Amino acid sequence: MLSRPLEKARAVADKVTDPELPMLTLADLGVLRDVDVVADGHVVVDITPTYSGCPAMAAMRDDLVRELQGAGFVRVDVRVSLHPAWTTDWITPEGRAALAAAGISPPGPAPSSDGPIPLTLLPTARQVRCPQCDSPATELVSEFGSTACKAQYRCTACLEPFDHVKEI
Amino acid sequence: MTDHIQTPAEDEHDSAYAGLLVNDAHWAFGTDFEDPLAGVDTTIPVGVDGPTLAAYALMLGDDALVMSHRIAEWTSNAPDLEDDIALSNIALDLLGQARLLLARAAKADESVVPALPEGSPAPPEDALAYFREAHDFRNVRLAELDNGDFAEATVRVLLFSVWRLATWERLRDSRDHVLAAVAVKGVKELAYHRDYAARWFVTLARGTEESRRRLLVAYDALWPLWPELFDTHEVEAAAAEQGVGVDPAGVREAAEAVLDQVLAAADVQRSEAPRRAGVLGRTGRDGMHGEPLSRMLAEMQSVARAHPRGQW
Repeated sequence: MLSRPLEKARAVADKVTDPELPMLTLADLGVLRDVDVVADGHVVVDITPTYSGCPAMAAMRDDLVRELQGAGFVRVDVRVSLHPAWTTDWITPEGRAALAAAGISPPGPAPSSDGPIPLTLLPTARQVRCPQCDSPATELVSEFGSTACKAQYRCTACLEPFDHVKEI
Repeated sequence: MTDHIQTPAEDEHDSAYAGLLVNDAHWAFGTDFEDPLAGVDTTIPVGVDGPTLAAYALMLGDDALVMSHRIAEWTSNAPDLEDDIALSNIALDLLGQARLLLARAAKADESVVPALPEGSPAPPEDALAYFREAHDFRNVRLAELDNGDFAEATVRVLLFSVWRLATWERLRDSRDHVLAAVAVKGVKELAYHRDYAARWFVTLARGTEESRRRLLVAYDALWPLWPELFDTHEVEAAAAEQGVGVDPAGVREAAEAVLDQVLAAADVQRSEAPRRAGVLGRTGRDGMHGEPLSRMLAEMQSVARAHPRGQW
């Protein structure tokens, strides 16, 4: 009975974009974990934070509520899902393509975070290509960038600075 | 809480200001900011007592909150823009950890939350952050010191994150699902913080004569607070006993093994500065703090306390 409202709710939630990376949907980012219609007009959405302090979480929640309410769902509950923890591996191929098209270098495979995390004194080794000119000649400027989830890079071929979504 | 969120009129969608005025949920204090643990199963595990879990979560949360505030004081003051941004990011991660941990403490034992005037919109984690006195804070003293120069920030972030990461690697196995989930995420963040500070530690130690001199001054000044990080408070002992917390004494070896790698790369000898005594044996975990924490809280809490019913 609820399958059509569920399809509708999913379709609406799937279109909501990230407030910081508007070229990317929350689904592409891997932040949107589940959409469920639990009663007539009542949707429950699960989202997971990227970083513990990510200030975009509140905006994501508001955008989901606004869009779903706009689509006729009277009650929208957005729940936080802490487990399993978000990883950049959840960014979809479409999301990676959208990032690259917007000049943001997509993340490589996330490192294992089981067991003790080894100390890395040298700059993190990544194969990062320039999203502007596709040159592999890039260098890390800082592991911390314009948002919690990005590092700053510079292309030594075309000299453009760019963001890289760092692996976690 | 979603009932309170209003939808802007259709023609307002193009205005960046429309959403700000209509929907207060973008702002942190004194708003409809939703529970950071909304929908998370916060049931206390069998065999765990709520007050112990709450007291333990407060300790970890206060460490993050106070350290976050100190690092945030670097914003616009770091030696260059990249490090300004890096320190702001580190402060933000810790603030996020603090928010989850203080919220967890409040759910485990609501009696830890200070009573606020009727009508205050402040959620429990804000009440804990803004309406407790210095002697109610349970952070380690390393976190609360006044800031020094950039070498001091480097050493402080290094010592703090080496210790916290070593502890949280074990906290991932907590029987409390909330603490375990917070730790799994926090470990990834802390690894970035630790490695950032470790690289700067080596860079400053092997840089100029002046950068090395400043680094060694900072290292000797902060080292006396290192042993306190591994003291086992009775709350930590009980939390470890109940399988929800980590006994800090048990991570000292692992933490010092990591620190020794940094010291070796930096060609710095282990400091011999003696540990800083507590007051009658009491330290940060007992609520015994120095004057810098009181001054810090006076500033940090002033707006919230002046407007306990404030909405903005």
